[in-house]
Amino acid sequence: MDKTMNVFLCGVGGQGILLASEIISSACMHAGFDVKQSEVHGMAQRGGSVISHIRFGKKVYSPLIEAGDADIVVSFEMLEALRYLPYMNNSTKVIVNTQKILPAPVATGMDTYPADVLDQFNRRELAVFPMDAFDIAEAIGETRAVNMVLVGALSIFLPLEESIFMQAIEKRIPKKIRKVNIEAFLKGKETLKRMLKKA
Amino acid sequence: MKNKNNIGEMVLLSGNEAIAQGAFEAGVTVASGYPGTPSTEILENLCTYEGIYTEWAPNEKVALEVALGASFAGARALVTMKHVGLNVAADPLFTAAYTGVKGGLVIVNADDPDMHSSQNEQDNRNYAYAAKVPMLEPSDAADAKEFLKMAYRISEEFDTPVLLRTTTRVSHVKGIVAIGKPECSTAILGIEKMPEKFVMLPGHARKRRVELENRMNRLKEFAETFPENRIEWADKKKGFITSGVSYLYVKEAFPGASVLKLGMAYPFPDRLIRDFASQVEELIIIEELDPFIENHVKTLGIACKGKELIPAIGELNSLIVKKSVSGTEPRDLFEPVQVPMRPPNLCAGCPHRGIFHAISKLKVFVSGDIGCYTLAALKPLSSMDSCVCMGASIGMAFGMEKALGKDSLGKIVAVIGDSTFMHSGITGLIDVVYNRGFSTIIILDNRTTGMTGHQPNPSTGVTLGGDICAGIDIEALCRAIGVKHVVTLNPHEHENAEKILRQEIKRPEPSVIITKAPCALLPEMKKRKDKKIHTTIEANCIGCRSCLRIGCPAIEWIPMTPEEARQFGYKETQKGHSHISTVMCDGCGQCRPLCKFKAIVIEGENNG
Repeated sequence: MDKTMNVFLCGVGGQGILLASEIISSACMHAGFDVKQSEVHGMAQRGGSVISHIRFGKKVYSPLIEAGDADIVVSFEMLEALRYLPYMNNSTKVIVNTQKILPAPVATGMDTYPADVLDQFNRRELAVFPMDAFDIAEAIGETRAVNMVLVGALSIFLPLEESIFMQAIEKRIPKKIRKVNIEAFLKGKETLKRMLKKA
Repeated sequence: MKNKNNIGEMVLLSGNEAIAQGAFEAGVTVASGYPGTPSTEILENLCTYEGIYTEWAPNEKVALEVALGASFAGARALVTMKHVGLNVAADPLFTAAYTGVKGGLVIVNADDPDMHSSQNEQDNRNYAYAAKVPMLEPSDAADAKEFLKMAYRISEEFDTPVLLRTTTRVSHVKGIVAIGKPECSTAILGIEKMPEKFVMLPGHARKRRVELENRMNRLKEFAETFPENRIEWADKKKGFITSGVSYLYVKEAFPGASVLKLGMAYPFPDRLIRDFASQVEELIIIEELDPFIENHVKTLGIACKGKELIPAIGELNSLIVKKSVSGTEPRDLFEPVQVPMRPPNLCAGCPHRGIFHAISKLKVFVSGDIGCYTLAALKPLSSMDSCVCMGASIGMAFGMEKALGKDSLGKIVAVIGDSTFMHSGITGLIDVVYNRGFSTIIILDNRTTGMTGHQPNPSTGVTLGGDICAGIDIEALCRAIGVKHVVTLNPHEHENAEKILRQEIKRPEPSVIITKAPCALLPEMKKRKDKKIHTTIEANCIGCRSCLRIGCPAIEWIPMTPEEARQFGYKETQKGHSHISTVMCDGCGQCRPLCKFKAIVIEGENNG
């Protein structure tokens, strides 16, 4: 892999994006890549829009993905995927959690939630992989594992062995909730795999 | 305990975590600071290492004074703060430059270009110049750790405090760092009386002033051969001088160009700059915010391009650098799509919401302050009318009152958080009492420093390391200052809060209202078992939107078409109804009294 790979995560504060980023970046490091991961704390965490840039490869300089340069986008919330469209290009793979978290202006009736998020991607002929990660996490009994479902799905597109992810999860996630997080990871991976088979 | 990392191991650390590891490796034994994004995690990490005294000080000035004292006693000392914190600590900084140090003293200053979580984006490299203190500027986490250790060696060798400046994209970017070997200070611990060095009477200070100038000259010489001021020769058509995170953007945007990377942001290596400039065809300075390097290069009489190409506002990135320098749009990008904004909001269950809802009904001018509660300025609460800096709310409310005279009675309130009050609100309150004001001050006591991620403060009763201590009693403190009317109330009960507020703002004397309820995100609040989760009896909702006025993220408006309204048994004219998400609800109960139609009830209770 000569080119630096750019993985862009977006979603809403409280969805576990920062932990997901940590698992992905440490997996990249364990696989022998140079890696930089950038996020912003503070104001952004109060239910605001949250993004994380992960870049890995032989040697990584800039911690930020350029507009139009994301190889993979994982959106933890449906409309957030659309907000960061300028980071994508024609060959970007977009994993979208179809879970909706209403922004305040929508919740108070001042604005409306876009009805055609997935259509917008299809119209631009982007490879979009929608899945209800919340549903999947709920089915295994841990709604907080939405992030691991999506990391599992993302893992299909990364040049990293599953064992390396397991190692990263083991290191970072407390024993008590490790099993359910691994299950979430595997469920997410399986869901995306099925989607690819159908396509 | 932390130092679980083995020497030589490669680990993924943020800039802040790397600085904590660097402090451990540098043999720091005393560290102080005040929380502030993006600097907070340094001390939060350092406190988990063994054998290092770490603390949250009430403010940055005290933090620097504590560290300076530790340095005078011969210890290696660290201070951490965000950029605006250095304004508060500027007083000891400028004179510490005169006294110099005994044990190494490093001030880590985290700037926030783009104001991700700040009220301004000042460029604190200017402080290095103004205070005559050397400044190092790392580009990433690996740099940050090594530079901190170098900063201690420089501090002791040159007898000076050293500034280490990070920015958000250094502090909060994770990268691979090699764990190193711990080292020791060359200073000897102990009390030593050196009045000519430590007592800055004019007679002594005049001598130290000369020494300061000599020191800067020695540092300039040092900068010429400092290995982190380095030239990376490549194609000589374009040559870039850069520092900090901007270096990474240059390497990404122009991998084939020559670069002079300034690891030391101040003082400058003039000969190195001249040498580099003389060998490249076009000299371009790439730096975030102010033209700090550019102005200096220009004073050397060297032609260069800088801010006429590169924006002086906000963060840079490799695309901006590419576009600004080559003037070309790189490729077709997808146009942004209009989607609803997602502004940050007070959390479900936030105790601040109740008091701001009460304030919003009073039509008063709200002199605000820095904290989560600044979000009350946003719709629908819209109840903050000014916010400038830490602790300003009280003094500013008092100033308005003095300008407007008696007519302003009942028309202004100051609002300040517990941590901010401890930081620099107390002196404002002293002014109100001393100079016979009638201000009404609301202290929002949520038992923590919320916005930066729950750091304890002097009124919390817990230290940074988690030890129990004597918490300052805010009510007793206000009374001791001389405020006769101090009321403590529960902000979740906003009807009562409104009643007391109406009564206190009319008082022609200073009064303090303390709204006391823990932040909803504190672990003990999240874990509590007796949460009264609220829910909606949708059939009772007439769509009056009263409950939406508090802007709780758990309350949602479900719009309906006339057909839908009819179908669900509502009046056709009803435009929608409210719905409480029982997953999001934190059980604070603030919404319930707002509904006059019994549509909001406690889940599982007989609400008959």
